[in-house]
Amino acid sequence: MTYIRPNFRHPELPRNELGYARKDYEGSLSTLCAGCGHDSISAAIIQACYELALPPHKVAKISGIGCSSKTPTYFLGKSHGFNSVHGRMPSVATGANLANRDMVYIGVSGDGDSASIGLGQFAHVTRRNLNMLYIVENNGCYGLTKGQDSATADVGSASKKGVANPYEPIDLCTMALQLGATFVGRSFSGDKDQLVPLIKAAISHRGFAFLDVISPCVTFNNTPKSTKGYEYVRDHLAATGTMDFVPMRQEITANYAPGFSKEITLHDGSVIHLYKQDNSYDAGDRNQAIQAIQRFKTKGDILTGLIYVEPDSPDFHEIQGTVHRPLRDLDAAELCPGSRSLDAINANLR
Amino acid sequence: MKRIEAVNDFVIRFANVNGTGSASANNLFAKAVFRMGIPVSPKNIFPSNIQGLPTWYEVRVSEKGYLGSRGGVDMMVAVNPQSMAEDIANLEPGGYFFYDSTKPLDIRYQRADINYVGVPLTDICRREYADPKQRQLFKNVIYVGALSALLDLEFNVLKDLIGEQFKGKEKLVAPNIHALELGYQYAAENFKCPLGIRLERRNNVGDKILMEGNAAIGLGAVYGGATVAGWYPITPSTSVVEAFEKYANRLRIDPGSGDRKFAIAQAEDELAAIGMVVGAAWNGARAFTATSGPGVSLMSEFLGLAYFAEVPVVLVDVQRAGPSTGMPTRTQQSDLFAAAYASHGDTKHVLLFPATPKECFDMSAQSFELADQLQTPIIILTDLDLGMNDNMSEPLVWDDSKVYDRGKVFTAEQLDNMKERFGRYLDVDDDGICYRTYPGTHPEKGAFFTRGTSRDEYAIYTESGDAYVRNMERLLKKFETAKSYVPAPELIPARQETREGVIFFGTSTASTLEALDQLAEEGVHIDALRVRAFPFNREVEDFIEQHDRVFVVEQNRDGQLRKMLIIECDIDPKKLLSVRYYGGMPITARNISRQIHQLRGGATVTKIRRKAG
Repeated sequence: MTYIRPNFRHPELPRNELGYARKDYEGSLSTLCAGCGHDSISAAIIQACYELALPPHKVAKISGIGCSSKTPTYFLGKSHGFNSVHGRMPSVATGANLANRDMVYIGVSGDGDSASIGLGQFAHVTRRNLNMLYIVENNGCYGLTKGQDSATADVGSASKKGVANPYEPIDLCTMALQLGATFVGRSFSGDKDQLVPLIKAAISHRGFAFLDVISPCVTFNNTPKSTKGYEYVRDHLAATGTMDFVPMRQEITANYAPGFSKEITLHDGSVIHLYKQDNSYDAGDRNQAIQAIQRFKTKGDILTGLIYVEPDSPDFHEIQGTVHRPLRDLDAAELCPGSRSLDAINANLR
Repeated sequence: MKRIEAVNDFVIRFANVNGTGSASANNLFAKAVFRMGIPVSPKNIFPSNIQGLPTWYEVRVSEKGYLGSRGGVDMMVAVNPQSMAEDIANLEPGGYFFYDSTKPLDIRYQRADINYVGVPLTDICRREYADPKQRQLFKNVIYVGALSALLDLEFNVLKDLIGEQFKGKEKLVAPNIHALELGYQYAAENFKCPLGIRLERRNNVGDKILMEGNAAIGLGAVYGGATVAGWYPITPSTSVVEAFEKYANRLRIDPGSGDRKFAIAQAEDELAAIGMVVGAAWNGARAFTATSGPGVSLMSEFLGLAYFAEVPVVLVDVQRAGPSTGMPTRTQQSDLFAAAYASHGDTKHVLLFPATPKECFDMSAQSFELADQLQTPIIILTDLDLGMNDNMSEPLVWDDSKVYDRGKVFTAEQLDNMKERFGRYLDVDDDGICYRTYPGTHPEKGAFFTRGTSRDEYAIYTESGDAYVRNMERLLKKFETAKSYVPAPELIPARQETREGVIFFGTSTASTLEALDQLAEEGVHIDALRVRAFPFNREVEDFIEQHDRVFVVEQNRDGQLRKMLIIECDIDPKKLLSVRYYGGMPITARNISRQIHQLRGGATVTKIRRKAG
């Protein structure tokens, strides 16, 4: 199949403060099925990076294997990307981040990639509080191998094959909370208004930011009996509230509607405004967050929005006590102790 | 009664219970011999256990500098009742059996052909120390004191070592020296000292050092510029990363801020450990991991990706006897296949074979250079024998004029000045090695998407069979290029011209060379070639070609090195004769010379020699 996309763009396209147009954040054309939720998520990532005015080359995209893990080719074409090993994106992201702390790391995974083969790596990258956005494009099935149930499929949910899933699902948001994630959100690929500010806030968060995005598989898991299909999700969405996100450098000029019930200042000075929040819901309370997810689930609803945030926590580099410059930029003069130190070591071994 | 008589040429074995503090006393003994200028080769023989099981420490003393395992024991220091029957049986006729004579020796332990040296260790301790813990600890020091008298081990050397060992904890010095004196006095008063085997000061160690290979690799990683280590604990490799951390904490701290110029992540498993290394290396840091055979199996998927995606990865495999529930505290050279051809699809990896701590250090530092230059995984294949024992070695050397060669990496400036389109997998220089860019280098140019294969020279997605084959053929070309980058073999010619050769690597070196000396004395002359890397350099092929038959010495069942030579160099299998030992202890010179005799078919009766030389 050949895709042709016109290269022509209107010269007066709006540009962000770095002078980049939205198209500068696009990638190659998607080869996923028409209507795939994942493409909407790619679009939301593009929009978020554009609005945050990130230098595209300062973002690294890392993924595992699966439909979701193919998507990093479809956004941020000026960024380096790494389509690695099934379930192992977290370790590659960990190494990449250790090498250069000055970049933004977007890890893209799926429900098979994270909840089954990569459950161990998902758990441990969460514990390390690695400074990254970890996004799971969650469709409850294995798309690339034609529709087997995944470990996030709900009990009773049926895919195209029509057989109800008998196994308990893994709730990745709950797991992330239990394992100490410092930013946890859930959204729906079809809800751009919610997803874009969530992605922006997650990228700005210093530490491990986890987003579970329900993203229907139009080919294999969009049946009336599926709890990850468009119809079901739209009917059962509940939100902690709505939000918008104000990057630090826009604070002064931005003109946001007043009326937010709460604001959360992130480590880099940017601010999350929460609106229409149920006043009893506190996004800073980990226990309450876990309970709320469970409460909505019992009702058959999916709680979305910003579920938990802890703006000030040491990320993996701070835990490690590494130098502030990227490790990869250090040269022999800074890294090699030289022959005199070696002479002293030899002397101690005689 | 026959007595073994020898000066500076014997094997002494200490039989202890692990977890009783015997290791530092035994170490003291070995170091003291070394300080007397006599070459020494100590080996830990320990169980996969923390406390309570038998453990042995064997010290070979060899004035001539033979450092391989010799086989046989001339003196046994038996302080473990649990293993006493076995320890008595293992002693050479005419040997010396040192034991705790507090209780009379069981009649079953009587042998007419050995010499008994009974010292009432428990009794002395009971008289001297009230604290049971002290009784146990000082018992070890007391037997070292007794050995000082029995073997002419210079007492002042022991005293100096105690002083150095407890620097900063001076109040421990006097009690330890007192314990040494207790042992010394008892032996001097009750036995005719020295025994038939004894020590005499020499000047045969020069400026050499005693070091564990694992520590040398960890230190080499500090010097080689490694900044990221991802790892998962596994015997016998654990001390590699621990040494890296120890030395880096000393040598890699930013003086102003106290921040660390390195990062170490203890991963959740070996898959994550190598994944971190792949991620860090992809992003431009020098990164490594260390593991053993079972870990290599777990890392194999990532190793394949690193091979195809051309990510410079350094992996240290400290080999042990397999499998996972195998013999993790016993040595082998049995991961050659697993490492050389790790992963699925057509993969081959560069291997380095160090034989001494100095070479561990050198090859560790060099591995980062090679990984960057060749953009491929580099696997250092060492083993428990080299890694976890104090090995005598040439001192470590570093050239301060050295800068790191990061290989073919385009900078932002180079990208700006390029007229052509950047292609990550374009073979511009016709050596199979392409130019890469680090993420974040340039706002507009040089970005690419990393995948295993399914891409063309510009890293654009394609499933074209032609593109796949072009890429795979280029990787082969790169492997050919690697032959001129990796360390060349070491040739040790025989004293006389010969049509026979022997090939070996790593820890089979010392024993093989000793065996060749034995054979030469009997008139059998064999040229020797120590292989130091895979792919095999041209010199290895030439060596085989120049000889009618070549023995291949290695420590595994299947003759893995031999088979790799046959496959990779297209050699007639009949020409390569296999010499193997894989019981988990280091291969001995006696064993090698016996097998070579058998394979030559000439001398049917091999003179079994009690001692080397």
